[in-house]
Amino acid sequence: MAQKVAVLGAGLTKFMRRAKETGKELSFEAARMALEEANMDISEIDCVVMATAPDMFDGVHMKGDWLSDGAGAKRKPYMRSYVGGGSGVFAIIHGWYLVASGLFDTCLVVAEEKMSSTMPHPQGAFNAIYDQFLERPLGVNLLWIFSLEMMRYMHVHKIPLETIALVSVKNKKNGLDHPCTQKGIAGNYTVKDVLNSEVIAYPVHRLMVSPVTDAAAAIVITSEHEAKRRTDKPIWIEGVGWCLDTSYWTNRDLYYPKYVEYAARMAYEMAGIKDPRKEIHVVEPYDPFAYKELHHLEGLLLADKGEAPKLLEKGFWDRDTKDGIPSCPSGGLLGVGNPIAAAGLMKVIEIYLQLKGEAGKRQVRREVKRGLAQAWGDLMQVGTVVILSK
Amino acid sequence: MKFEGTPLDSKQFAKELNVEWKGKLEYEWDCGIALSKFMEGLKEGKILARKCYACGRVMIPPRMFCESCFRPTDEWVELKDEGEILTFSVSFVNWDASRRKKPEVPAVIRLEGASENMGILHKLGEVGDTLEEVLKNVKIGMKVKAVWKKEKEREGAITDILYFKPVKRKK
Repeated sequence: MAQKVAVLGAGLTKFMRRAKETGKELSFEAARMALEEANMDISEIDCVVMATAPDMFDGVHMKGDWLSDGAGAKRKPYMRSYVGGGSGVFAIIHGWYLVASGLFDTCLVVAEEKMSSTMPHPQGAFNAIYDQFLERPLGVNLLWIFSLEMMRYMHVHKIPLETIALVSVKNKKNGLDHPCTQKGIAGNYTVKDVLNSEVIAYPVHRLMVSPVTDAAAAIVITSEHEAKRRTDKPIWIEGVGWCLDTSYWTNRDLYYPKYVEYAARMAYEMAGIKDPRKEIHVVEPYDPFAYKELHHLEGLLLADKGEAPKLLEKGFWDRDTKDGIPSCPSGGLLGVGNPIAAAGLMKVIEIYLQLKGEAGKRQVRREVKRGLAQAWGDLMQVGTVVILSK
Repeated sequence: MKFEGTPLDSKQFAKELNVEWKGKLEYEWDCGIALSKFMEGLKEGKILARKCYACGRVMIPPRMFCESCFRPTDEWVELKDEGEILTFSVSFVNWDASRRKKPEVPAVIRLEGASENMGILHKLGEVGDTLEEVLKNVKIGMKVKAVWKKEKEREGAITDILYFKPVKRKK
């Protein structure tokens, strides 16, 4: 029987297109803030988990080891969690099983990304995720897979571009209230603004893409007895799930993320959730591109296939909804920024703050007892899910 | 609450102290058992797939093992160089995020003879030079055909197929 695991503290840095700080310095600031909130010293941390995405961004081989000092890992059991964009949520899953297993009582989970170092643009680093034999010789770029998937999703469900643009409108507006939001990302945009923005790779428009970001995030998790000793109101990790699909991404029907569904089912089962649409009260699905939020809400079984866009039009996912499920109240990757691994953990932190009632202006209107954060990554391939509750 | 971080805009960044490194790494990848045969096939103008007798799938890219059944695959099958578009995009961006005037049109194409949803990534050609033209000329589900390099110029690479172009319906 797994021991219960709680989240005790969280830390974030500002989200920035380019930070003066190094990755280690960013990691340290986020970790220090999380420890302060948990009222813990680094000596009370039994083990450290760190999420950080491609080594290529930093040009440092095995950068997880290089960054570890900034994550407080010196002379501690340390593990790097790495499933591309899914890493931020994978890290808390990783931390969860280190504590749930009974091996450790406390774990510091740190996620960091410094994307700005790659020249001329970090997008170039992503080319190496494509198959080197049959895909890279075609002159690929990262935008291709997203635009291809978005086109397939829109085609199968006959989703108008205007509806996808509404995701950007919602998240960029929510992001205005996030204290860490990247300069120039959030704002009061209209559907027309989004559709009039530059076509980068049709159907993807400029305002449907999350930016390049430097930032770090951290949380402290502990066993039940440590948590109860330190706080009256712990936030519990109720369920975790993850799943990896085949890397033959052109051999799957891209309209639906089956692997996200499998990850969600695993987490729901662990949390004893029978009807997620009633039992999940706030959700942070991964939204590096506007359509991805809708795609993931369907994979998470929070909407029937093809129904997430219709619910969006009705305001079901709005932050101030009374009877819907607020989705990306933080502003998400579109409204706050996308420091790959740190973005996923930012989403976990948003659910944590919402459950504590400490999300400030971003606090959702409806009552929340349980929330879900999800990330996604690798080659359109991995789903990572965590469910938190009061 | 105070959130740490020192954002730099591009002007400030130019003034800050930076250290530069240009990594130069080179690789040569062995193509393996399945893809070597596949690429030999391309040289001859053939597109080869691999069939698994257990699940019945005809797979492209071909592999010597079936990742679903986790057993060796059984047979080489030649596909037609024609197929249907499963999805496509009209891309105005290069790998380094610089922009291009004339778009590229990547597509996932299911070739005739391959199993359902069994697509490969390639590009479309002869479909227009602007977004409007491409959107007018290309539809999901549309039939396309490979345009090959001249036989002498083929080198056993995916680029031996230059692109796929729409199949004109016979009247």
